[in-house]
Amino acid sequence: MSAVSLGKDLIGLEHLTPEQIQLVLDTAEPFKEVSERQIKKVPTLRGKTIVNLFYEASTRTRISFEFAEKRLSADTVNIAASGSSIVKGENLVDTARNLEAMRIDMVVIRHPSSGAPGFLADRIPSNVVNGGDGKHEHPTQALLDILTIRDNLKTISGLKVCICGDVLHSRVARSNIWGLLALGAEVGVCGPKSLMPYGLEELGVRFFPRPEEAIEWADVLNILRLQLERMNAGFIPSLREYNRVFGITNARLERAPKDILVLHPGPMNRGVEIDSDVADGPHSVILDQVTNGIAVRMAVLYLLAGGKPDLAEGAKG
Amino acid sequence: MNKKVLLKGGHVIDPANNIDGDQDVLISNGVVQAVGPGLDADGAEVIDVTGKVVAPGLIDIHVHFREPGFEESETVATGAMAAVAGGFTTVCPMPNTDPVTDNQAAVGFIVKQARDAGLARVLPIAAISLGQKGEKLTEFGEVIGAGAVAVSDDGKPVVSSHLMRTALEYAQTFDIPVVNHCEDPTLAEGGSMHEGLVSSRLGLKGIPSAAESIMVARDVLLAELTGGHIHLCHMSTKESIDIIRQAKARGVNVTAEVTPHHLVLQDAKCEGYDTNSKMNPPLRTDVDVQACVDALVDGTIDVVATDHAPHHYELKEREFENAPFGIVGLETALGLCISQLVDTKLLTLSDLISKMSHLPAKVFGIPGGDLAVGNPADVVVFDANEKWEVDPDSFRSKSKNTPFAGWELKGRVHRTMVAGRTVFELGVS
Repeated sequence: MSAVSLGKDLIGLEHLTPEQIQLVLDTAEPFKEVSERQIKKVPTLRGKTIVNLFYEASTRTRISFEFAEKRLSADTVNIAASGSSIVKGENLVDTARNLEAMRIDMVVIRHPSSGAPGFLADRIPSNVVNGGDGKHEHPTQALLDILTIRDNLKTISGLKVCICGDVLHSRVARSNIWGLLALGAEVGVCGPKSLMPYGLEELGVRFFPRPEEAIEWADVLNILRLQLERMNAGFIPSLREYNRVFGITNARLERAPKDILVLHPGPMNRGVEIDSDVADGPHSVILDQVTNGIAVRMAVLYLLAGGKPDLAEGAKG
Repeated sequence: MNKKVLLKGGHVIDPANNIDGDQDVLISNGVVQAVGPGLDADGAEVIDVTGKVVAPGLIDIHVHFREPGFEESETVATGAMAAVAGGFTTVCPMPNTDPVTDNQAAVGFIVKQARDAGLARVLPIAAISLGQKGEKLTEFGEVIGAGAVAVSDDGKPVVSSHLMRTALEYAQTFDIPVVNHCEDPTLAEGGSMHEGLVSSRLGLKGIPSAAESIMVARDVLLAELTGGHIHLCHMSTKESIDIIRQAKARGVNVTAEVTPHHLVLQDAKCEGYDTNSKMNPPLRTDVDVQACVDALVDGTIDVVATDHAPHHYELKEREFENAPFGIVGLETALGLCISQLVDTKLLTLSDLISKMSHLPAKVFGIPGGDLAVGNPADVVVFDANEKWEVDPDSFRSKSKNTPFAGWELKGRVHRTMVAGRTVFELGVS
């Protein structure tokens, strides 16, 4: 029996132990199969109420959480910032208190401000899951990335994983860095210096100024979406040049000394950070990531609700 | 009526007059009548201050009292109450009110509110530019006539080098300092804490040290060009301090202040997205804190100023990026400085008092900070050894936004007098 648990909330991977991260990955395994069934539903969270509170637009993450919740038989409510009291100026504390007064059990929150999920978690007794906060963390995305790498390469420890692109503004990058470092991977980042946060090397992360060097080094590339606003804000001169200098293309990948696994958290800008022939090619596991996303989120919800990892197999019902 | 008060048995520290010893202070008609050992009561009311320090009332040349416009956070009256509770007898509120304090009527309003409150002396700072828009100069002569003692667009930097140059030239007619909040807005935009490893980890946009130092360098050069007096607010970076040190060595007319919190706290205090650790300039690194302390000790930074920035709790009870900058400081300043600077032997108590009373008066060219015979009896009486725990609920300020809740500080104010009248007494509400 393991005494490891996730605690009340999942806010980020920075402060999780390797055992806790492993716990989520292992718990996700039996849940993968649920989505392959004819009837994709287990009664695990029957009677639980989960609110998906999205202050930012999201398609993939919100739908993935919603599928995970529904396949666990939870009752779910989606709240989007537009069309709710949030646009009427209600602050986060009041929104939280109102939800709490409706006796909910869990909140999945996506918020443009770093720290908002932790802020919420400190103020309400419900379980809080971070669905992405500002430039801080996106823990379930990193967990599904890591699960996908593990599925394909059987291990994380000792692997060389390079995160490519706009690390400065990326919560996906931060969560991946913490999770991968905790599990013993070597982590690199690659992109223009103007899109790199201060002091990454001090965290034990290698910086590659050019993709050619990253590709020569890495077993895995995780390619971040380049948000188009970054060009207007002056971080890079143009998307065209970005693709020329930093885009992951087949021509570049062909020079890799070994087989390389390519991930992308989506949504992709084809022809900017990643070329279509890479995205759709043999290196890509991008759609596996999407499938794994549901299993990982089922595991997180199950564990936070107090489910025992060793009972996950049975919990499938 | 000739009212006399004798502060008996205390230890007088009056750096301006080189007094640091066991003496009594006799006050008559609101002015200092005599300072010396074993003074005769001569019919005066005797206040026993045995074991306590008697010093010139503290002077804070950088506070925000939020009135008019933001009275839910502070008013001139509640700010003045916080001041005297912290041992301050003179305070200079910044003009970033709503409307901005940029004309004689606005200055006069603050003076009136302060007079009605009857607590600390409140000497307003008027805006450099109309509406703090950074475009057109305020009528310096008019606002000074109404009672302002300096000009500043604090809260906002003076971005235009031309405007700053003009202000430094024009201010010389009135012999007042031009006070700047140094921050290059293009580097600082969107930032909510110091740019460093902590901001990288927390995913918060950082404000690099260079945002401050770049403008410090410019202002020093403009003061050199014009011969005007530039006073630099709340210095926070090692690079700024290096620039000031070099400028002073060249004889540039530059003075600078540092807040107690920049002498004590680092950016790591923002961990957990604690909005009471969000201020501008932001808390920086160990190296910067050390540089600030060294600079205050060696005189590169002239004075301590609190940048007392009250915010109603609701404004701070939100996402870090969306919370306003600033913390209250008047009621913790003396205790923090004694604990961090005097207790550690970096400064003598007399030097600290000087940097919190005599020198601020000198920098702004205002009265106070001096217990010479014939001067108004603005006095603070404090126990330099008494330990107390910071409890924001006990603050006189309307706002409680402090990162020091629960801290044990040494040095506690027992009595504050303005013109010989007790305006604060510990334990008497």
